[in-house]
Amino acid sequence: MVERAPVLNFVCHAILIAGALTVCVPLYFAFVAGSLTIGEVQKVPLPWLPGDQFFANLQTAWVKANFSRTFVNSVVVALGITAGKIAVSLLSAFAITYFRFRYRMLAFWLIFVSLMLPIEVRIVPTFEAVANAALPLQRLADTLRLADLWRWISGHEVTIAFEWNMVNTYPGLILPLMASATATFLFRQFFLTVPDELCEAARLDGASPLRFFWSILLPLSVPNMVALAIILFLFGWNQYLWPLLFTTDKDMATAVIALKNLIPRSDSEPAWNVAMSGALLTMLPPTLVILLLQRWFLKGLVDSSK
Amino acid sequence: MTVRSSVTWRDVAVPGQPRTAAASAELGSRDAAAASDRAAVPRKRARPVQEPGLKRANFGEGPGLPTLLLLPQFLILLFFFFIPSLRALTQSVLLADPFGTTVQFVWFDNFKALFASVEYRQSVWVTLQFTVGQNVLTLLVALVLAFATDRIVRGRSVYRTIILLPYAIAPAVAGILWAFLFNPAVGPLAQMLHSLGVAWDPNLNPNHALILVTLAASWKHICYDYIFLVVGLLAVPVSLMEAAAVDGAGPIRRFVSIGLPMLGPTVFFLTVMNFIYGFFETFAIIDAVTKGGPAGATNILVYKVFVDGFVNLDLGSSAAQSVMLMSFALICTLLQFRYFDRKVNYGV
Repeated sequence: MVERAPVLNFVCHAILIAGALTVCVPLYFAFVAGSLTIGEVQKVPLPWLPGDQFFANLQTAWVKANFSRTFVNSVVVALGITAGKIAVSLLSAFAITYFRFRYRMLAFWLIFVSLMLPIEVRIVPTFEAVANAALPLQRLADTLRLADLWRWISGHEVTIAFEWNMVNTYPGLILPLMASATATFLFRQFFLTVPDELCEAARLDGASPLRFFWSILLPLSVPNMVALAIILFLFGWNQYLWPLLFTTDKDMATAVIALKNLIPRSDSEPAWNVAMSGALLTMLPPTLVILLLQRWFLKGLVDSSK
Repeated sequence: MTVRSSVTWRDVAVPGQPRTAAASAELGSRDAAAASDRAAVPRKRARPVQEPGLKRANFGEGPGLPTLLLLPQFLILLFFFFIPSLRALTQSVLLADPFGTTVQFVWFDNFKALFASVEYRQSVWVTLQFTVGQNVLTLLVALVLAFATDRIVRGRSVYRTIILLPYAIAPAVAGILWAFLFNPAVGPLAQMLHSLGVAWDPNLNPNHALILVTLAASWKHICYDYIFLVVGLLAVPVSLMEAAAVDGAGPIRRFVSIGLPMLGPTVFFLTVMNFIYGFFETFAIIDAVTKGGPAGATNILVYKVFVDGFVNLDLGSSAAQSVMLMSFALICTLLQFRYFDRKVNYGV
């Protein structure tokens, strides 16, 4: 600090307290509403102090939204996206920084292009792609007239029909959300800062490329992996549009989608107390992650956007 | 950045002397390429030309292993990125009935119909209001909070932790929280407005609905802008601030005349990110809170793509809208490149 300015400091604290309050007020009211009975929650004005139904409402929300199942789904999807994306990105970043091969720049640009379009933009065709992921193979088979070829070879009449429907499956929920290259770029940038001597030394000692990757590059990347994992976990947990489209089966819904069904609509009983309990439950895991791993979270947030 | 590239420049210009590994490793590909361009003469003599983005110490030739390493990434991109994107492009010039039995090639008719449609124009206008409102609100609040955080010492990490909390909260959940606060029947803030004589009802009044989703979207996103601005302010050299203070500039004057210009690239980057957020990621807020209503007042473009594609099954129009959004996303990405350039020039 350059000079003493007690008034300004006071104002700054006031501003920050106001900011913190803005964050906390919706959460506080969610907590209050979540602790009332359905009769109390409709009272005008809403009580400012919590009631005694907090745990009862949590239980109702847990059962109504099938959280024992949907939480597992959310964890699987979020961890799947995190682990899958990090693994795939590490490998491809290793390939484009440590190998010289003919189509290296092409590979780089192909990956790069995928940064440009978020999944929301191509949602309809992506849905079709996942509803039958084998469609391109089918087209290929049709154009090549594989069926005719087979008949000509063996004399049997066949129809070739590929079908690989991923609706209501974990791969269908996870794989399309992995199709972006942000993580690849993060690792690429990091690999470019790794000293060349390490690679030279490893080669002198006779290490194969994969050995170098496994024993040197991977341990060096751990801080980046942790930071990125947090961001990706939050990204996966908080997904909405894709699981909404993709889980027609209630048992495959994620927690956020299940929560949506708790919101009272105009024609139903206004059970806002249960909805708010559900909201608190749904935001609990990601909130714990950023509170407990704050330092890594900040690193991941700032790094992954560059 | 300038210091570093001048080091390389000297290194490269000395013939025969190998560039230090650390220096070349630290450099981005652009700098290395630019530096070796400038040093055209020594490049002819010694080392092979450095490929951009390739380690000097690498595992050499051979397409086999790298192809294997790239394969998982490419398969995923092919199935879930390239093929869908191409299909959106082709569908946008085709006309199909909802059951997919007949398909016709119609050139740009889908786009013409789109631009002629009143609904689409309304949707563009709504999106514009929503994203600009959200952008201005988010940035202003984040700037004020970042300024305050930069001033104080005590309790800084506590404030930061609390203000960052909404990042963990899903947009859909944020939307639900705000929908409750402003619910005309039970919401505490709506009740407050009613007692002030405002006939608040986002279910009926289009303006109220738009205000509600803008507030919810901003609340969720302020933390993102905030943390980047705080980090950006930390990078402003203390000597500059001290020099200005010696010259008699007060804290606010210093923030406006030094801090803000130094933050320029960050603010630019955040503006682009806010637009991307407002355009695409706020789908969940709209769907959870208003479902595009009342009377299309919050029917933003990405929501309309979803409704036309999955509810109305108008695939051609939906694909044409997707293509429009894609062009917008491309523009945003190109703008971000500008951010990188500027960042280098400012040396932040």
